[in-house]
Amino acid sequence: MKKVLVDLTVKEVLHVNANCVLLVMHSEEPLPMTLPGQFAELRVDNTPSVVLRRPISVHSFDAEKNEIGFLVQVVGDGTRWLASLKEGDKVNTLMPLGNGFTMPEKSGKRYLLVGGGVGSAPLYYLAQELKEIGCDFALLIGARSAKDLYRRDAYEALGRVEYTTEDGSLGERGYVTNHSMLAEKFDRIYTCGPKPMMLAVAKYARENGIECEVSLENKMACGLGACLCCVEDTKEGHRCVCTDGPVFSIDELKW
Amino acid sequence: MVKTNVKIGGLELKNPVLTASGTFGYGLEFADFVDLNKLGGFIVKGTTLNHREGNAYPRSAETPMGMLNAVGLQNKGVDYFAQNIYPQLKDLDTNVIVNVSGACIEDYVACAEKVAALDKIPAIELNISCPNVKQGGMAFGVMPASAAEVVSAVRKAYPKTLIVKLSPNVTDIAEIARAVEGAGADSVSLINTLLGMAIDSEKRRPILSTITGGMSGPAVKPIALRMVWQVAKAVKIPVVGIGGITNGADAVEFLLAGASAIEVGTANFMNPAVTGEIVDYIENYLVRHNMSSVDELIGALQV
Ligand SMILES: Cc1cc2nc3c(=O)[nH]c(=O)nc-3n(C[C@H](O)[C@H](O)[C@H](O)COP(=O)(O)OP(=O)(O)OC[C@H]3O[C@@H](n4cnc5c(N)ncnc54)[C@H](O)[C@@H]3O)c2cc1C
Ligand SMILES: Cc1cc2nc3c(=O)[nH]c(=O)nc-3n(C[C@H](O)[C@H](O)[C@H](O)COP(=O)(O)O)c2cc1C
Ligand code: FES
Repeated sequence: MKKVLVDLTVKEVLHVNANCVLLVMHSEEPLPMTLPGQFAELRVDNTPSVVLRRPISVHSFDAEKNEIGFLVQVVGDGTRWLASLKEGDKVNTLMPLGNGFTMPEKSGKRYLLVGGGVGSAPLYYLAQELKEIGCDFALLIGARSAKDLYRRDAYEALGRVEYTTEDGSLGERGYVTNHSMLAEKFDRIYTCGPKPMMLAVAKYARENGIECEVSLENKMACGLGACLCCVEDTKEGHRCVCTDGPVFSIDELKW
Repeated sequence: MVKTNVKIGGLELKNPVLTASGTFGYGLEFADFVDLNKLGGFIVKGTTLNHREGNAYPRSAETPMGMLNAVGLQNKGVDYFAQNIYPQLKDLDTNVIVNVSGACIEDYVACAEKVAALDKIPAIELNISCPNVKQGGMAFGVMPASAAEVVSAVRKAYPKTLIVKLSPNVTDIAEIARAVEGAGADSVSLINTLLGMAIDSEKRRPILSTITGGMSGPAVKPIALRMVWQVAKAVKIPVVGIGGITNGADAVEFLLAGASAIEVGTANFMNPAVTGEIVDYIENYLVRHNMSSVDELIGALQV
């Protein structure tokens, strides 16, 4: 798949909660096909503390309109710069990167998408595509509190969404792995979120014989499989999260 | 037309722009952004006799205007390179140079011999910053005698262009450069990464799994320039300048300081198209300054 280096123009900035913004970006030139689970590396300008690009998952993608959406949670200087962008600003972007989630070949199966925090960002595009091909799926989103969630209407418009919150302010109180919906039968779980959550989901999936794909967020430099900084220790040794991932089947990992 | 080609020992480069080992993969990773044939050449990942898994993650940390890495020479070994990577590179119209690393002299020699057998690889870059496991783990490149010893051994086994990459973690880099020149190196390249460290104050832990790691990027450029300047005055063989080069003007600075060619490293992560842009910049620079050849720039610093 050909990768491009493209200047995206910010079309819209939506402050979706206290810590997260949704950036809707537009490209003059046609964007290369980008799949759910893939990511981009965004160049952060005018920020002396940031030299490396910042990897951000594809939250939404519209090939016809040449639009791509990123959901950014502010955790440091790079994401703060991204969150401060205004309509019309340009961001130099390297994309599409990584492998993406395995898309189902045939229907008749049930899929569960489990997200935590900003980790549910790529699950939005995945859910859009699953809906498009007519798959049976549900979303389970975990957060500390209802106010940490974002774009609930958009997610709920795609299908069934269940929640867990640690303070019980929305959905069931507790962690995603304790939600009552797990009693239903699912054939595959896709998950992205904080590592402890993904480890718990992976453990649950393994114990229940459910296929499971996780999306990792190892620290990156090149994003192209060249520097070997982003490796995960897998059953086949050190593999690059930026090219062999970010999505791995739990069977490939040592978790 | 301005003349941009330079010679490094027996090696002809169409322009002085190379890439630094470990930052450009096997070149192919960057083919969507750079016409590889436009470069003077590229230096592939550090290659060892046997497969190496490298160090544990985390292996990198961003630091002010730079980064630390502790990749630890992860690679599948020279035989894998020869069988699986070399066939994809051998028909390129540029110089593909292999960076050879080792844990003992015998490994360096055996690895260099295997690379020598590959027709379309015109040169090796010998990374002497590796710890000598048989001699207490001190890097070969930190003492003139051990640096010269590994270079002479490889020199006997390797007939093509031998570039020796120097470690900056030394008291007097010019002394090491003279020692490897005396041992038969055709050229020296510098600098490799500077030993550094990063700490997470909240977790009260080092960021790298190895605690310390190699620093690179724009922050190291002044040190690299100074070392290139000192070494270029100390040896007669051509010098290849490395360290913090992020644009064409940086590259010209190294040429002025005495480098005959340059390598671009960390900047490839910031802008994967940067090497092609540097080639264009140098050509334009020569035109702008009414120079007919890049030779007029090399060592032309007015002091
Ligand atoms: C494939 C991939 C996809 C990602 N997708 C998204 C996304 O859609 N939205 C989003 O907001 N973020 C995403 N991230 C994480 C994002 O890249 C980091 O939060 C960002 O690089 C931090 O940059 P900064 O300069 O703001 O913070 P820094 O100053 O670099 O870091 C601030 C703090 O965050 C921690 N941190 C930095 N990078 C990571 C990381 N990769 N994983 C865990 N902790 C980290 C640092 O250790 C530090 O404690 C993704 C990361 C990867 C690898
Ligand atoms: C991720 C990474 C991996 C590297 N791997 C190697 C290597 O395998 N062999 C080597 O001789 N130098 C290696 N280096 C050092 C570079 O080739 C170069 O000497 C150094 O980074 C300084 O140049 P720069 O500031 O332009 O990056 C590596 C550097 C980085 C950042
Ligand atoms: S980030 Fe460079 S290899 Fe993955």
